[in-house]
Amino acid sequence: MQLTQLLVSGLSQGCIYGLIALGFVLIYKATETVNFAQGELMMLGAFAGLFGTVYLGLPFWAAFVGAVGVTALLGVLTERLVLRPILGQPAFAIVMVTLGLGYVGRGLITMIPEVGTETNALPTPFKDEVVKLGGLVIGMEHVVVIAVTVLLCALLYGVFRFTRTGIAMQAASQNQLAAWYMGIPVQRLNGLIWGISAAVAAVAGVLLAPITFVHANMGFIGLKAFPAAVVGGFGSLPGAIVGGLVIGVVESLSGFYLPEGFKDVAAYVVVLVMLVVKPNGLFGENLRKKV
Amino acid sequence: MSGDAILTLANVESAYGPVKAIRGVSLSVPAGSIVTVLGANGAGKSTILRTISGIIDPQKGFISFEGQPIQGLDPGQIVRRGISHVPEGREVFPLLSVHDNLMMGAYTRSDRDAVAADLETVYGYFPILRERARQEAGQLSGGQQQMLAISRALMSRPKLMLLDEPSLGLSPRLTQEIFAIVTRINRERGTTMLLVEQNAALALEVAHYGYVLEVGRIVMEDTCERLREKEDIQEFYLGMKDAGVRGERRWKKKKTWR
Repeated sequence: MQLTQLLVSGLSQGCIYGLIALGFVLIYKATETVNFAQGELMMLGAFAGLFGTVYLGLPFWAAFVGAVGVTALLGVLTERLVLRPILGQPAFAIVMVTLGLGYVGRGLITMIPEVGTETNALPTPFKDEVVKLGGLVIGMEHVVVIAVTVLLCALLYGVFRFTRTGIAMQAASQNQLAAWYMGIPVQRLNGLIWGISAAVAAVAGVLLAPITFVHANMGFIGLKAFPAAVVGGFGSLPGAIVGGLVIGVVESLSGFYLPEGFKDVAAYVVVLVMLVVKPNGLFGENLRKKV
Repeated sequence: MSGDAILTLANVESAYGPVKAIRGVSLSVPAGSIVTVLGANGAGKSTILRTISGIIDPQKGFISFEGQPIQGLDPGQIVRRGISHVPEGREVFPLLSVHDNLMMGAYTRSDRDAVAADLETVYGYFPILRERARQEAGQLSGGQQQMLAISRALMSRPKLMLLDEPSLGLSPRLTQEIFAIVTRINRERGTTMLLVEQNAALALEVAHYGYVLEVGRIVMEDTCERLREKEDIQEFYLGMKDAGVRGERRWKKKKTWR
C-alpha cells in the first residue's frame, strides 16, 4: 500500500517533469537548440494562473486556460523577437540567449512588489479533496495532474499525427531543406512550436502550483526535467513523458527508502546510469544525423 | 528560343558567401519542353536550380516565370506559382510515411479533391509507392525514394519541374525507368522540365534543348541533337573520343571556349 502511494505521487511529479521535458524536446526537434528558459516559462505560466485566480477573481479552470494562452503568446513572441534575429549564429550563442531569458524572466517576476518575492498559494477548487481507491488515499491535485497530462499528450499526438500543420512540423524537423522546397513555412511553424512548448510549460506550472506553491524560483525544476528529456532520448516526444515518469517515480521511491539527500540527486543518478547503459535514451533514434 | 518561354533567366549571379557560384547566367525554357543544363561537378548547375526555386536569392539579374519577376520571392510563393523542385539526393522526409511525404508536396494547396485526384495519378505513375504508402520513406530503396521525390514534386501540380540529378546513385536500369516516366509526364501533362544531370548521354537523349555550363558561365547552347554532334561535347561529356590516331591521349590539351 505504501508502495502504491509512493508510486502515484511519483507519477504525478513525473508528469510535471515530463511536460517540461516535452517542451525541451519540442523546441530541440524543431530548431536544434535547447531552450534553457523552459523552467522559467513554466514559472511565468504559474504566475499567470495566480494572477487570473487571485487578482482577476476568475474561476480556476478559466484562469488555467487564460494562463496557458498568455504563456503560449509569450513563447511565440520570444521566438519572433529574440530568437529569429539571431538565427544562424552558433548553437552556443542561442543557448546562452535562452539562459539569459530565464534570468530575465526570474528577475522581472521578483520585481513585482509583494507577490514576486513571496511564496504564493494558488487556490484551487479541488484543494484538500482526496480520491479513495481501495485502501489508497490520493490527493486530488495528483489525480488532476495525471489526468490533464494524459489529455494533453493525446491532444498533441493527434495534432502531430493527423493535422496537416502537425505533419508539416514533423517534416520540417526531419528535413528542413526539403520542407523549404515544398513551400512549408518553416519559420512560422517554428514560432508555433515555441508557442506550443510554452503552453505545455504553462500547463505544468499551473498543475504544479497547488502542490509546491508559486514562487520565482519554481523554474529550477527545469534542471530535473532536463535529465528526464535525456533519459527519454532527447528528440523523442513520448520519450520525454516516459523519462519524466521514470525520474519522478525513482525520486519518490528514493526519498522514502534511501537515506536523506538521495531524493535530490536521484534524477542525476538515473541519467548517469542511462548514459552508460543506453546512451541514446529509451526512445532515442538510432538514425545518424545526415550532414 | 524566347517568345513562348515559360522561364527566363537574365544575367543571374548567385554566391555562397564570398564564393560566386554562377556568374551571369542567361537561359530560357520554352513551355512544354525539357531543357537540360550540362556541366562538370561544381560548375553551378544545382545553384541555378536553387536560385530559381528561391532557396538562394540572386545577387544580380532577373528571373521571370510566365512573364512575372520571381527573383527574391520565398520558396513557398514560388511553389504556389507552379515551380517545384526535385532536390539533389532525393531529400525525402525519412520518418514520415510515403503518403504523408506526398501530402507534404501538396502543402501549399487547399483544393482537397484535386489533391486526392493527383495522388491517384501519381500512384498511377509509380505503383510501388501505393504499395508502400504506409511505410516510412526512410526505409525505401534509393530508386523508390527518387520516385517519391519526383512524385512529391508533382503533388504541387507544377507547370515547371526542376530536376536535380535524378539519376544520382541509381542503377542504369532504374535510371532508364525514372527517365521514361519523366518524359511521359512531360508528354502527357505538358509539364516543362529543367533537368540537371551528370549523365550527359541520357540527358541529351531525353531533353530538347541544352545549355553547357562551365565554372558558372554558359559556354554553349543548342538543340540536343546538334549538341550530341559537337566534338567538344562528345569529348568532354560523352567520353566518345578517347584515343588519338597513334593510340595516345592528350590529357593536357588546353581547352578554351572562346
